[in-house]
Amino acid sequence: MKSLFYGGTHPPQKKELCLKTPEPLAAPAILTIPLRQHIGAPCKPLVSVGDLVKAGQKIGDGEGLCVPVHTPVAGIVEDIKEMPYPGGGTVLSVIIRNNFTDVKDNTLTAHPEDTVFSAEELIRIVREAGITGMGGATFPTDVKIRSGIGKVDTLIANGCECEPYITADDLLLRERARDVLRGLRCIASVLEPKRIVIAVENNKKEAIAAVTEALSSFAGMVCLPVPTCYPQGAEKQLIMAVTGREVPSGGLPADAGCAVFNVATLAAVCRAVYEGKPLTERIVTVTGEAVREPKNVIAAIGTPFSALIEAAGGLTEDADKVISGGPMMGIAQNALDAPVTKGTNAVLCLSRKDNREVEHPVCIRCGKCLTVCPIRLQPLNMYLYAEAKNAEELQKLHLNDCIECGCCAYVCPAKLPLTARFKEGKRFLKEETKA
Amino acid sequence: MNLRVTVSPHIRGKDTTGRIMTDVIIALLPTLIAGTLIFTYRALLVTAVSVLAALAGEFVYHLVSREPGNLKNMSAVVTGLLLALTLPVTVPYHIPLVGGFFATFVVKGIGGRLGHNCFNPALASRALLMLLFPVGMVRFTAPFGILPAGNIDPADIITSATPLHTMQMPALPRVELTDLLLGKTGGCIGEVCTVALLVGGAYLVFRKVISLRIPGAYLLTVALLTLIFAKDENVVAWMAYSLLSGGVMLGAIFMATDYASSPVEQTAQIVYGAGCGVLTVVFRYFGLFPEGVTYAILMMNGIAPLLDRLFARRIYGAKKG
Repeated sequence: MKSLFYGGTHPPQKKELCLKTPEPLAAPAILTIPLRQHIGAPCKPLVSVGDLVKAGQKIGDGEGLCVPVHTPVAGIVEDIKEMPYPGGGTVLSVIIRNNFTDVKDNTLTAHPEDTVFSAEELIRIVREAGITGMGGATFPTDVKIRSGIGKVDTLIANGCECEPYITADDLLLRERARDVLRGLRCIASVLEPKRIVIAVENNKKEAIAAVTEALSSFAGMVCLPVPTCYPQGAEKQLIMAVTGREVPSGGLPADAGCAVFNVATLAAVCRAVYEGKPLTERIVTVTGEAVREPKNVIAAIGTPFSALIEAAGGLTEDADKVISGGPMMGIAQNALDAPVTKGTNAVLCLSRKDNREVEHPVCIRCGKCLTVCPIRLQPLNMYLYAEAKNAEELQKLHLNDCIECGCCAYVCPAKLPLTARFKEGKRFLKEETKA
Repeated sequence: MNLRVTVSPHIRGKDTTGRIMTDVIIALLPTLIAGTLIFTYRALLVTAVSVLAALAGEFVYHLVSREPGNLKNMSAVVTGLLLALTLPVTVPYHIPLVGGFFATFVVKGIGGRLGHNCFNPALASRALLMLLFPVGMVRFTAPFGILPAGNIDPADIITSATPLHTMQMPALPRVELTDLLLGKTGGCIGEVCTVALLVGGAYLVFRKVISLRIPGAYLLTVALLTLIFAKDENVVAWMAYSLLSGGVMLGAIFMATDYASSPVEQTAQIVYGAGCGVLTVVFRYFGLFPEGVTYAILMMNGIAPLLDRLFARRIYGAKKG
């Protein structure tokens, strides 16, 4: 089946390594809750060192593009300090010592199934529950809903999960398709779209079957199997595949009449609305050739990667990289102490065997990068000018439209670090425009 | 535990530069074998000199420039091989020696390293050899002759008019088309056997090393122009002889598709191929030499970057039109 967007590639899927039902992972004794787990401004701590906190209590909040954070467990605030963050660098974090009493915070209310929400009510519930996009980009969900009001005719639930290895969303759909649809129905009730689509890559037959079955009790929604092709789950490519429209360069999905929500985000919305629970846990795929027993776990936010890897049997001797996220866009970790955050869909452990980097890579201008670029950019020329730090040419080549999907670097026979240079190039352009 | 930290993506495809170059060498083997069968083992000796000189040029360039690089990626072998195939089998050995070295040291090395040289190294080198050694470069011998291994006194060579010489008259060559397909005719080592070239080209397309855009546009343009502006009453025969004589096939399949010197945008590739076709016919019809492939491709090399700019695809999300 031909892909429904331009370009893309087919890395080995490796999903078969880990198709186990997610098992709950006991919360550890010490949790590290970053005060910024979303795109936007960090939260200010609402607690002080020594405070007693209840499970689910809001411990940080802020103004502007900001989503509050909650503690998954009851315990004592041990410290508030800069700690390693899976996205790189450090973030001010609240460190909670779990007292295992499980005393619950009941600030959020569980609403009955037949509640009719106004847009403002729903947006408030979603924000107070600390919900961000859980597919990796962690855009504040309340802001996304607000930006779509009155503009959206197509609402898309994104269950594509096109990154190799990861199965968290696949298993979520198999186990809790109904919750995903309930969350989707909430958002649909305020966006009032003409079309509601649950898009799932066609390699996830069981997830599609589960969604189709759950759909029998939901009117006006359809499940749309889409061809398996990376990066089908990227927002812009998914919108193209579902509607044939393009999001204008520099614009938002709403500018193309679309709103896209990851399926895990929708399940979190369902939980917040109908169970009154904030977002404090998520499914994480712990997988890769360098971990002994790959498995899906339901982990409390703030659990260190080391605890997840231990639960999956530990690393093998030839472990080379530990990545937060998938192999195409994930962030490599230099240690295992970063915590699970709202956007952590996988902890991927790769072995040395998977390393195909070369010393001194040289472009041969084969042009394969052009044919896979889903934005139709010229990666090989962008690379040239990024190396030369030529801001004018980089702008002409639309470097800032690059979605950093990694397709070009994946197919490059010379193994050029294309995506790495583009990330550097974007930072360079930002500095140039500031100066 | 030492964890390696690099920027995404963390997995890479199987293709390598070395694999691509090896595929090109494999694709050239039928042509080299055919050239050897037609022009004796001397064809192999000329090729060996050219390849070794090309490797030496690359080696010396990296030594002098201190740029990192390695001969393992085989691209110098491809360059030497391609140059040899554009030479008559009778050339004195200093011609492939100078040509091979010049191709990698000057055109490819000083001209911008692997991947960034703006002219096809084999053809640019051939153009230089035409200037330096005009006599040795056009001394074509008949197929299946007996040739010594050492240098040949030009006076001893029984030259034979190639089909292109006849067409310059203009007249249809007195060679059967099937002989042109099989290579039973005079010409350069690698240009005479069309069947071998087509087999190599099909292999490269099958392996996705090249696409049909450049060779297809090139050959179709030559076919169309020689059909419309045929110099013989039998227009179809004129077109067929135009396609099967001289270096058009070698040029379209192996030279115009050179990664470094050709465009990367798909539409640009078609325009580029068509441009090569137009110039080839123009040079053949109005030029001093019977052949025009070398100069046609070199001229199009010069505007390849411009074509990539002109025919860049509209990016996702940019305004249409």
